[in-house]
Amino acid sequence: MALFDKHAVFEKHSLLLTVGILVVVAIGGIIEIAPLFYMSNTIERVNGMRPYTPLELAGREIYVREGCYVCHSQMVRPLRDEVERYGHYSLAAESMYDHPFQWGSKRTGPDLARVGGKYSDEWHMDHMADPRSVVPESIMPPYEFMVDRPLDYSMISETMAAMRVVGVPYTDAMIENADLDLRAQADPDFYPENVEYDYGLEDRYNEASGREGTVNVRVFDGVPEEVTEMDALIAYLQMLGTLVDFDTYEAGDLQNRR
Amino acid sequence: MASSTIQKMGIDFSVLTVGLFVGVFTLLALLVAAWSPDPLFEIHGWISLLMGIVAIAAVCFWAAGLKRSKVFDPSAYEDTLIKWGVGVSMFWGVVGILVGFVIAMQLTFPNFLYFPEYGFLNFGRLRPLHTSAVIFAFGGNVLLATSFHVVQRTCRTRIAGGMWPWFVFWGYQAFIVLAATGYVMGVTAGREYAEPEWYVDLWLTIVWVAYLLVFLGTIWKRKEPHIYVANWFYLAFIVTIAMLHIVNNLAVPISPLSSQSVSLMSGVQDALTQWWYGHNAVGFFLTAGFLAIMYYYIPKRAERPVFSYRLSIVHFWALIFIYIWAGPHHLHYTALPQWAQTLGMTFSIMLWMPSWGGMINGLMTLSGAWDKLRTDPVIRMMVVSLAFYGMSTFEGPLMSVRAVNSLSHYTDWTIGHVHSGALGWVGFISFGALYCLAQWMWKRDRLYSAKLVEWHFWTATIGIVLYITSMWVSGIMEGLMWRAYNEFGFLEYTFVETVEAKHISYIIRSLGGLLYLVGALIMSFNVFMTAKGKTRKGEDDHVHAPTNDGLPAFAEATPAE
Repeated sequence: MALFDKHAVFEKHSLLLTVGILVVVAIGGIIEIAPLFYMSNTIERVNGMRPYTPLELAGREIYVREGCYVCHSQMVRPLRDEVERYGHYSLAAESMYDHPFQWGSKRTGPDLARVGGKYSDEWHMDHMADPRSVVPESIMPPYEFMVDRPLDYSMISETMAAMRVVGVPYTDAMIENADLDLRAQADPDFYPENVEYDYGLEDRYNEASGREGTVNVRVFDGVPEEVTEMDALIAYLQMLGTLVDFDTYEAGDLQNRR
Repeated sequence: MASSTIQKMGIDFSVLTVGLFVGVFTLLALLVAAWSPDPLFEIHGWISLLMGIVAIAAVCFWAAGLKRSKVFDPSAYEDTLIKWGVGVSMFWGVVGILVGFVIAMQLTFPNFLYFPEYGFLNFGRLRPLHTSAVIFAFGGNVLLATSFHVVQRTCRTRIAGGMWPWFVFWGYQAFIVLAATGYVMGVTAGREYAEPEWYVDLWLTIVWVAYLLVFLGTIWKRKEPHIYVANWFYLAFIVTIAMLHIVNNLAVPISPLSSQSVSLMSGVQDALTQWWYGHNAVGFFLTAGFLAIMYYYIPKRAERPVFSYRLSIVHFWALIFIYIWAGPHHLHYTALPQWAQTLGMTFSIMLWMPSWGGMINGLMTLSGAWDKLRTDPVIRMMVVSLAFYGMSTFEGPLMSVRAVNSLSHYTDWTIGHVHSGALGWVGFISFGALYCLAQWMWKRDRLYSAKLVEWHFWTATIGIVLYITSMWVSGIMEGLMWRAYNEFGFLEYTFVETVEAKHISYIIRSLGGLLYLVGALIMSFNVFMTAKGKTRKGEDDHVHAPTNDGLPAFAEATPAE
């Protein structure tokens, strides 16, 4: 067939073949991915989303470091059983500040998109240190080593500055006060010596959220003297899925139908 | 000219340029080791420094030992590099499968295999190690070795670039070492199958561009008018992986002296970019690349022409065009807009046909030589790999249907599906090609033992069957348990009850993985003995084992010259 003979042109010119391949494989990605950046209804309009506080962000980095995403999803699907088991289905808006996203692909353990506030800090402490002490059938690895390990937050303001470069709305005040905000969130009686601190943690992040009470300030691991990795991780887990105000969210709104 | 003086000294221009790259790499490693405040980045600095010094020493020793001999002899094939490739592939294969077995056991017996004080042995860190070791270290090295072999033989010329192919090979090993040590220490970008951090990604980009140029350079000096079909697939694999790797890993380092970065995209856009990458790592790394292997080694080993030239054209372009759209099926019912999910599902179903086009072209190549399935266990391994390829490329479109996916997503069914493709298709076609290379590169009449290939074949096949059946059972079971309601309209099971119910399946899965590991160890022994030039006593010496001479042809005439 004459048409197939024409294919010889690709078989004799390697650059033509290379360019041909590149064009053919570029099309699908361009059509599927590019519109997500400019179609305004890709991300729902919600009230309550704000950037992570420094302590939550540090906890999220531990979550990524330990590869929690290989066993836990953060994406509740709009299916009856999932909504009943985990809570309201996840919105695109809820991960708009997640660099990288952590939706996951496997549920060896349960979904964590709405785990915030479901269990006490003490439960998380026990569970993380020795999962089988609270859930005998669990197959989760133990994270005993996090209990006493001091949190390394020396680069937290750099991380927030990098986040701002890629579009997370951290303000100058948030970045300048990052270290102190981080320590203040893990200790209600926080009083830094030799440093000026405005105690504006909650104001800064509640204002960004547009809601009150979005910042948990407490001693997450029961030991106020030191900020440990466990403090950060529990602070992160306890705010997961709690930011969006679902009382004002209108699922039926044209803007939110996708 | 300075370069001609250098050439008179016997040092090729490529040696100087490779030396320059290695020197810059070593210098940067030294800066990181000296000044990084990030302890993990500092360790990577030291590891890189060590690797750089070893590389510089190797280049110097090599240059010193030249003795005016004709290096990079254009009239001879570069086969030493491929021998290295065979050995390294076997090594990473065993390591990757072993780690897979360990994490399968961790999921089965958590009390027995976890160490509370040592985070680096936890599942969350070992799982990326397993996936990267088998996909990128084992699979990647098989692709490097076979592509260097195939492109030389089908272009009838020595590989281009002098020392550059060596740079590609060892540079790729350096990438693996940095990625693997990073995972264990907790240096990760948190993107499945793209976990290496920004600096490791940059290094891989350099290696990959060099790979593309070496490959194209060899094609440019070919002595055949046509570019053989296997090379189309290799080229599609190299070009597309470059595109996917660069776009998916776009990130902003938080500091040049920190190992950490934040991804350029977030949330829903990041999710689709990641699965556009993730699914096409399957499509172009684990499919297109290994189809290239199929298109050379099966016709060579069967000593039969490829079934259909036209089918190869149609399924090649259809496969690479359609595959790239399939990513969104990983995100059904998520916050990804539904139009994108539907597109992904539609193209995933269409993908069934070009996938089977490859399978049919490979299987039908056996026309007139089906008896070899009985007499040559190597060809049997490669043919069974095509059967697994056909099975998993049917299962894939099925699972991409939204209604099916609502059950299968997040469950072990996905793990079983992946492994029928990985163990059955990628593993077996790789083993077949490596057996061929072990015999051909070391210029042996036959392998050390065909009986051991039989043993490898059967242990591995039984292992795969145990693996995928246990994962079907546990996956579908947990999917059904999650959505089960009792007579009062409440959810029937707690989550942890579904975990408990999978225990038996996990034991069977671990056993399957162990059998597969045993098979790989048998193979390593066989390949090693073949390389040493031994033949096992008591085995038929006049078993016909095809040689590596000549080019594969098509059953139909190639287009008129």
